[in-house]
Amino acid sequence: MEQVITTKNEESINIDADGILYKELNVILRDLNSKGIKRVKLNNVYGQRYIGTDLSQPMEIEISGTPGNDLGAFMNGQKITVYGNAQDCCGNTMNNGEIVIHGHAGDILGMSARGGKIFVRDDAGYRAGIHMKEYLDKKPILVIGGSTQDFVGEYMGGGVLIMLGLNLGKEIKHKAKFIGTGMHGGVIFLRGQVEQYQLGKEVGVAELSEKDHQVVYDNVNEFASYFKLDPDKILEQRFIKLFPRWLRPYGRLYAY
Amino acid sequence: MKTYLPPKFLVERDMDRCIKCKVCINQCSFDTHYYDEEDDQVKSIIGNCVGCHRCMTFCPTQAITIKKNQHQYRDNVNWRPEIIEDIIKQAETGGVLLTGMGDDKEQTIYWDHLVLNASQVTNPSIDPLREPMELATYLGSKPDKIDLDEEWNLKTILPPQVKLDVPIMFAGMSYGAVGLQVQESLARAATEAGTLWDTGEGGLHPSLYKYGNNTTVQVASGRFGVHPEYLNVARVVEIKIGQGAKPGIGGHLPGEKVSAEVSSTRMIPMGTDALSPAPQHDIYSIEDLAQLVHALKEAVNYKKPVSVKIAAVHNSAAIAVGMVKAGADIIVLDGLRGATGAAPKIIRDNVGIPIEMALASVDSRLRKEGIRNHASLVVSGGIRNSGDVVKAIALGADAVYIGTAALIALGCRVCQQCHTGKCAWGICTTNPLLNKRINPDIGAKRLTNLLHAWSTELKEILGGMGVNALESLRGNRLQLRGVGLTDSELEILGVRMAGD
Repeated sequence: MEQVITTKNEESINIDADGILYKELNVILRDLNSKGIKRVKLNNVYGQRYIGTDLSQPMEIEISGTPGNDLGAFMNGQKITVYGNAQDCCGNTMNNGEIVIHGHAGDILGMSARGGKIFVRDDAGYRAGIHMKEYLDKKPILVIGGSTQDFVGEYMGGGVLIMLGLNLGKEIKHKAKFIGTGMHGGVIFLRGQVEQYQLGKEVGVAELSEKDHQVVYDNVNEFASYFKLDPDKILEQRFIKLFPRWLRPYGRLYAY
Repeated sequence: MKTYLPPKFLVERDMDRCIKCKVCINQCSFDTHYYDEEDDQVKSIIGNCVGCHRCMTFCPTQAITIKKNQHQYRDNVNWRPEIIEDIIKQAETGGVLLTGMGDDKEQTIYWDHLVLNASQVTNPSIDPLREPMELATYLGSKPDKIDLDEEWNLKTILPPQVKLDVPIMFAGMSYGAVGLQVQESLARAATEAGTLWDTGEGGLHPSLYKYGNNTTVQVASGRFGVHPEYLNVARVVEIKIGQGAKPGIGGHLPGEKVSAEVSSTRMIPMGTDALSPAPQHDIYSIEDLAQLVHALKEAVNYKKPVSVKIAAVHNSAAIAVGMVKAGADIIVLDGLRGATGAAPKIIRDNVGIPIEMALASVDSRLRKEGIRNHASLVVSGGIRNSGDVVKAIALGADAVYIGTAALIALGCRVCQQCHTGKCAWGICTTNPLLNKRINPDIGAKRLTNLLHAWSTELKEILGGMGVNALESLRGNRLQLRGVGLTDSELEILGVRMAGD
C-alpha cells in the first residue's frame, strides 16, 4: 500500500490508483478510513468500481479520472467529488453522504437512494433517480445540471429530483420521455419545458409553492457553489413541479 | 353489481352445542359470523367464509363444521368450477386475479414419483438412535483444492462458510407480507435449531437484529430497508432475482399493509404501495449480476456469502452457470410450487418449472461445467416433509428452504387468502390485532418442534440407507428410483426406474 501513497500529511493522503484493482483500492480506503484519515485524493482512477462502499467513518474522497460503476453504492455518510464522469449505478442504494460530479453520470443514477445528495454538473443517462425513497428526515436529493434520458424518476417513492437543463439552450426543452412513470412519492422540479406526452401517466404538474421554491433555492445554491455558477441566473427561469397523482398507482389493478 | 359467485364453503352450526359465546365472531376476520339479537342466535354469512378453520379450531364446544359447498355444475373437464368462477370474478371487477400461497394445480409432483433406497443384507443399516449421525451442512463456495502446511493445518483461505445443523432453512417472507411476530418466531426457531431464516425483501426490524447470526437478509428489486447495518448484521446476503410463485414479475405490497411499523422498516411513507419492480434495474445481464454480487461482497468486506435466488424457469441450468460464474456463493432455485403473499393467479399457476426438474438439471449442469463446488445449491417451493428433503438432497441440493410448511406449523391452513391481508391466523397480515394471534414463544416452539421432528426422520432415513452423514447422500441419485415416470423424465432427473 505504501508505494501507491504519493503524498501524505496528517489528514490528507494522495493515492495513485493507476493499475490498482478495485478490490485492492477498497482495502486501502477501508484501512485509511479506520485510521481516521479524513481526506483522500485518488488520482488516475480508471474504472475502479464500488469506490466509497463499506466505509464507516466520515471521509472526503476526491477522484480525478473515471470511477467505475457503483460509485458510492450503499455509501453511508462519506463525500465523493469526481473530476471527470461517473458511470452507471452511481449512488446505488446510497444511505447517506454526498456525491458531486464535475461531468456526466451514466444510467440509473441514485437508484433506490435512501438518503444523501448527488449533484451532477452535466447530463445523466437512463432512469436517473429510479425508485428513490424517503422516510421522515431521510430524503435523498438529486440535482442534475443538464438533462437526462428517458424514465427519469421512474417508480420514484420519495426524495427530491431537480433537473436544470442548463445545456439545453434558450428554450430549455427536455427530451426525456416517461418522466416519473410509476411515481408514487417524492417530487421532481424541472427547470424548462416538457410536453404532456413526455410525462408518465401517474404524474401531475403544478406550480411551485413557497415551500417548494425554498427547496429549489437551497439546492440550486448548493449546486451552483460546487460548479462555480451563478445561482440567481439559474433561478431566473421558471420551474415546474411534477408530483405523483396517487400514493397507490396500482391499487385498482387487482380482483381480490 | 350483484355477484354471481356461489359461496365456496358452508358453515354448519350445531345449535345444541352452540353456547353463543361469540368466539367465532371475534376470531373470523372475514366477517362470516354475527349475532342476531332478535333470534338470540349466532348466525353465519356463508359467502364470506374462506375455509381457514379459525372459528372451528377455537369454538369451545366444537359446534362449527366447515364444509365445501357441494353445489354441482354439469360435468365438464374443460370448464371446471374454478375456471368458471374466475371468469365471473373478472367480469365483475375487471381486475387481475390475485391469490396467495403456491400453485395448487395438478402438474406432476415429482417427489411423489421418487422412492428411496434402504440397506438389506449386503450392507448394514445404521440405528441413528444409538449411533452418531451427521446432518451438518456448510453453505458457501468451496475451493477446487486446499493446501496444508507441514503440520496439516489448512493453509488455503476458505471463502466464508455458514454451518447449518440441519439442512432446512426458513424461506424469505417479508415483514409486511407476514407480521413481525411470525418473523420473530422464525428467527428464534432458526437460532435454536442452528439454521437460518430469511427476511424476504421488506428490511429487518431492529428488534430482530439480535438474531442476525441466523439471518439471511434479502436485497431485491425494491431495495426496501437495505442499508449498511442491515447487510452487516446478517449471516448471508441474498440477492432475490425471482420467486417461484411469480417468476419475471415484481410485487406490489398494497398500501393498506404498509402500517407505521412496516413503513419504518421499509423506509417508505405509510400507506403508499411498496412497489418492487419486475427487474432489478442494475441487473440486465450476467455481467451486471456479477457487479451487484461484488458490490455486496464489498459492502460486507467479503465476510459473508452472497446468495442469488431465482425462480426455476426453462433455462435455469444455463442461468445457474452464469450465476455461479458471476460469483454467487449460494444459488437458490424456487420452483413452480413456491408460495407468495400475493401474486397474479395466472402467473402463479402457469409460469416456471417443477423444482425437482430444475434441481436435477442445474446440479447436473454445474457438475459438467466443473463448478458445482463453487456454489452451494438450495431449493425451495413445495418441500412438504422430510421425505422431500432427503429426495432433494439426493438429487443434488445442499439444503432446502421451507416457507409454507413453516407457516402451517404456525397455524396456516393454506386457505390462499394471504393477498387480502386479513389472515385470521394472524400470519399473513399487518393488522396489529390479528398479528397478536401469533405468540412468538409458542410460534418458535412449534417451528423448533417441526425441525426437530424432520431432523429425526432424516436420520432414520439415512440410517436405513446405511449412511451416517448427509454429506454421503448429497447428489447420490443412485439412492433414488422413479415410479410412474417416462424415459425423458427419468433422464432429466438422472434417476433409474424402480426395479432397474
